[in-house]
Amino acid sequence: MELITSILAIALRAGTSLVYATIGETYTERAGILNLGLEGIMLMGAVCSFATAYYTGSIVLAILVALAVGAAMAAIHAFLTITMRANQVVSGLSITLFGSGFASFLGQRLGPESNNHRLVGLVGPRLKPENLPWLSDIPVLGALFEQDILTYALYVLIPLAWFYLYKTRNGLNLRAIGEDPQTADAMGVDVFKAKFLYTIAGGALVALGGAQLSLSYTPGWSENITGGRGWIVIALVIFSMWNPARAIWGALLFGGINAIQFRLQASGTTIPAGFLNMLPYLTTILVLVAMTFWESLSKRIGAPAALGNAYMREEK
Amino acid sequence: MNIHFEKRKTLSRKALVLVPLVSLAASFVLTGLILILFGANPFATYGAMLKGAFGSWRAWTETLVKAIPLMLTGLGVSVAFRLKFWNIGAEGQLTVAGVATAWVAIFWSPWLPAGLLLPVAVLVGAAAGALWAGVPALLKTSLKVDETLVTLMLNYVAILFSEFLYYGPWRDPKGFGFPGTAPFPDAAWLPRIAGRAHAGLYVALVAALLLWVVLNRTKWGFELSIIGNSQRAARYQGIAVERNVVLAVLLSGALCGLAGSFEVTGISHRLQQGLSIGYGYTAIIVAWMAQLNPLAIVPVALLMAGLLVGGDQVQMVMGLPAAMGLVLQGMILFPMLAGSLFAEYRVKVYKNPAKAAESRAPGGA
Amino acid sequence: MFAGSGSGGAARRPRPASFGKVRIAVMKDREGHAPTGGTTEAARAACAPEEAPGGRLVEMRGIRKSFPGVQASDGVDLRLDRGEVLALLGENGAGKSTLMNILVGLYRADAGEILVRGERASIGSPRDASALGIGMVHQNFMLVDTMTVAENVVLGIRDLPFVPDMAAAKREILRLSECYNLKVDPDAYIWQLSVGEQQRVEILKLLYRKAEILVLDEPTAVLTPAESEELNAVVKRMKGEGKAAVFITHKMEEVMSFSDRVMVLRKGKVVAEKATSDTDPKDLARLMVGREILFRVEKGPFKPGAKVLELRGVSAIDERGLPALRGLDLELRSGEILGIAGVAGNGQRELAEVVTGLRPVTAGSISINCVDTTGKSPLEIIKSGVAHIPQDRNQVGAVGDMSVASNLAMKGYRARPLSAGAILLPGKMRELAKRLIDLFKIATPSPETRIKFLSGGNIQKAILAREIGACTSLLVAVYPSRGLDIGATESVRKELVAERDRGLAVLLVSEDIEELISVADTVAVLFEGRVMGLFPAAEADPEKIGALMAGMRERGEETTP
Repeated sequence: MELITSILAIALRAGTSLVYATIGETYTERAGILNLGLEGIMLMGAVCSFATAYYTGSIVLAILVALAVGAAMAAIHAFLTITMRANQVVSGLSITLFGSGFASFLGQRLGPESNNHRLVGLVGPRLKPENLPWLSDIPVLGALFEQDILTYALYVLIPLAWFYLYKTRNGLNLRAIGEDPQTADAMGVDVFKAKFLYTIAGGALVALGGAQLSLSYTPGWSENITGGRGWIVIALVIFSMWNPARAIWGALLFGGINAIQFRLQASGTTIPAGFLNMLPYLTTILVLVAMTFWESLSKRIGAPAALGNAYMREEK
Repeated sequence: MNIHFEKRKTLSRKALVLVPLVSLAASFVLTGLILILFGANPFATYGAMLKGAFGSWRAWTETLVKAIPLMLTGLGVSVAFRLKFWNIGAEGQLTVAGVATAWVAIFWSPWLPAGLLLPVAVLVGAAAGALWAGVPALLKTSLKVDETLVTLMLNYVAILFSEFLYYGPWRDPKGFGFPGTAPFPDAAWLPRIAGRAHAGLYVALVAALLLWVVLNRTKWGFELSIIGNSQRAARYQGIAVERNVVLAVLLSGALCGLAGSFEVTGISHRLQQGLSIGYGYTAIIVAWMAQLNPLAIVPVALLMAGLLVGGDQVQMVMGLPAAMGLVLQGMILFPMLAGSLFAEYRVKVYKNPAKAAESRAPGGA
Repeated sequence: MFAGSGSGGAARRPRPASFGKVRIAVMKDREGHAPTGGTTEAARAACAPEEAPGGRLVEMRGIRKSFPGVQASDGVDLRLDRGEVLALLGENGAGKSTLMNILVGLYRADAGEILVRGERASIGSPRDASALGIGMVHQNFMLVDTMTVAENVVLGIRDLPFVPDMAAAKREILRLSECYNLKVDPDAYIWQLSVGEQQRVEILKLLYRKAEILVLDEPTAVLTPAESEELNAVVKRMKGEGKAAVFITHKMEEVMSFSDRVMVLRKGKVVAEKATSDTDPKDLARLMVGREILFRVEKGPFKPGAKVLELRGVSAIDERGLPALRGLDLELRSGEILGIAGVAGNGQRELAEVVTGLRPVTAGSISINCVDTTGKSPLEIIKSGVAHIPQDRNQVGAVGDMSVASNLAMKGYRARPLSAGAILLPGKMRELAKRLIDLFKIATPSPETRIKFLSGGNIQKAILAREIGACTSLLVAVYPSRGLDIGATESVRKELVAERDRGLAVLLVSEDIEELISVADTVAVLFEGRVMGLFPAAEADPEKIGALMAGMRERGEETTP
């Protein structure tokens, strides 16, 4: 019992950054834009928020900076792919290339002189878990209420993100855009504005996921702090079938793999960590295959059919 | 003011050449601004980079060391991209090939004649890269599974698998705990031309030339162009679309695989950390900048390699982060991506104020 | 007429305020319009129609719009009054759709102005148009496949509350569908609906938005005659409510039965404007093309030879896995043109595809020149002398982004003189291209021009040139003249007849009854994947074919599959 509780607690902590980024990317992809720049955006979110927290001591400010940085980077992607109709794969990859390069650059230039301008090894303010009265005493599920504020915020964000997508006017428009932008446009939905908006908002959430790493999960800055989480998120969006409510399950599962891994290593089990780490990627491939097997499934899910296609109105 | 895009009747050749050059310049200006922001002199930095990459015989050989895998993966990626098969799995194909080559070099050497060891190791590596690309190709052609995501996912599977091997069962027992296999026997070492630059260069150059001929002057190349433009049209012309897509992607994977084989036989002489350092992703940029033209890939790969080597040099000489090279590479792409539009479209700007008032619609935004 | 709206009024009250506002506005509109409509009628009788104030809904003045190389609208004036149906008649490419796309805000005019209800309107987006009560049913329906009917109907409504009341929306949809006799389930997903049902959703969308100005872009192209009648009834009813409709078409019969007034466009200009009662199809056809149409194609006597194509009990399924062909038997001899008639979607495309090997058969057998070709690959069938002019000329017949020369070489590249072994000979390809461009009078700036920049007619000529060159026994032509202007249509038809006179067998799929009767020797009517009737073209009359196309063996009797 205690084992489950602790695995759940660790999984949740490990999964929080994934959930933010997954919801962000889900919204972006629902608008028909594939953003492969997540890894770069998360790294930029992590380095900028940590530097902000280190120098100002304000975590709130750090979070705001992460949101702004993520929005700015996603805006580049939006401009290139929506306005300039560039290839989304190539644009996303260059965002990752640029973002990881620049984050690494900043990590070696933003630090104080005493640390040779480096951020690595510095200790800054961090988010601490806070138990919620009563709730954290519930057996097993109490682990859900021994978290920090960024995780608690998820409990609000997830249902909100779901409600917005499926029950509101804007969500209706958004789903239409990802499926069939021509129609959405003809029906008076402002496709270009919406694509921009959700790409940028999505990027902001992704960067927040990065900030959670440097402010809470593994406080501080280290090179490649995301450890490929940006790519896992691409997998998770598919795994959750573009539904923000399901993002939590994927994130918990893959956060849980991390947690179990530690346990296994501690107990000396021989299953190599590498194989467990492959699971998210292999599972995603399976989901992709399953979706093509049952096409009506993908129609019902509403997998954005126009994902990856540039949209333009006036062509002859 | 109101901007409109109009499709050009024929691709603008001027734009095709001009856009990459302007992008290159813009990238240096933008990165220069960042450098100034951090108190570094951009001219001195670029000077150091240029010197570090092309300033001496040794610098050239180091640049070639990085240019060879970029050329091969760039060629590989461009073949697949021509078919609109978005193979972003060059990194994984390269890694798997490295693993397979190491397997042959280490475990087959006792019984394979020494003269055959190197060619067999390289060929098995290329075949492994081809097979690794073949999986998403088959999933795509038989089940229509999105290849972008599958190739991406397989990169991580490949990298994790190679890590498992050199951290685990293949780790050199005499390696003092260093993660990596034992060194290959001498027979599996690729001859070097100068410095660390190895004979893979010849293969890469010949591959570029051959690929250009195949794509532009053969029936198969013509069929691939038709498939790449419209699969339905190809099917209607009696072209076996699925088979040809799989074949082309196998070729793509094999080229990427060659890069991995040459890395382990030409540079590290063992399988170890540092095989997967992002060549496969940079390859996409190389292919894109070269507009998928095999002959253009050679100079573009040299340039990109120069940026990487120059970045390392800047770190040593000026204490600036080596990540500079990556920043520059990323920066080239932004204007480049924005600019590729101009080859396809003519931009019309209306200055009629009455119309501007009318055009609250975002269509021309 | 408004009995339905009265009973709906009570149910409407308890709805949320914001949504109710829209609904009540609908009510007022309806109740308000009936008398207005009446007075307009009265006013019309009293004074000249042009001066009836309030009667004028739309006025477009001096509209100009150009696309690269095409002046799609060249100073067009258009007016539309309440209670009238205006037909916009013209060949494809005459600028009908462009003009209407400008009215509904999808395109922006280069010059000109639009007045709606007497006021200058700036329509920059479909949303602006919708706010002005202008709505359009596009040729390709504007429906989101993965969403329900109700979601599609409310999509993009201006005053839609942040959290839409979907239950109320569904009730309103049901009320409207009852009122206008447009039956559809608001909870169904679009991908589950038939084409006819989807069109009903499109019209419901406009009614829900209380559009007064309806633009219908070739609405009957996908409908059965019965469904067309239904549509006509809906339009008549809306007309009676003081609404107005613009009807884009290139079919003369439709102009006569649907419209009050007709405007004929040619090359972006208005060439005539008449009351429908003052004109007749022949007159309209003359105006449309600027000269008399050749309704008959000159052809030699019918001398059928050996059997070329034989289908025995052929069945096949479509993309959705539903039966598209059900046990088809057909025969075609050399020197014969077999015309396949039918409403789109009754198996014609699948028929052409099974013959050319592009689609597998689930039962039955096909033989070409007495050789069994069932299950053979497209390449094997091409090699046996079969050529194919496909339905989709832009995506299938031609490769838009490749040059005209490459497109012309796509059949011949496999052998000499265009290639030697594995090597392609670009010089020879260019030679061939130049020859075919001259021979078939393909208008192109150069052989290197990307083919998508040619007009539809010239692309079709290029496809024809290539396919005829490769054809030695059977030519399968699917809607070969669809969307072409009269001149191009004529040359395509002549070419088909010439091939038949040369001794080839031609399988001609067409929806144009006129074309079938004048070009084909034998006509087969397809309905739901079966042959409904097979007879010599000389004995065919449009009415008989029309009835068979609708699935009626004899008048009034409907067959159930």
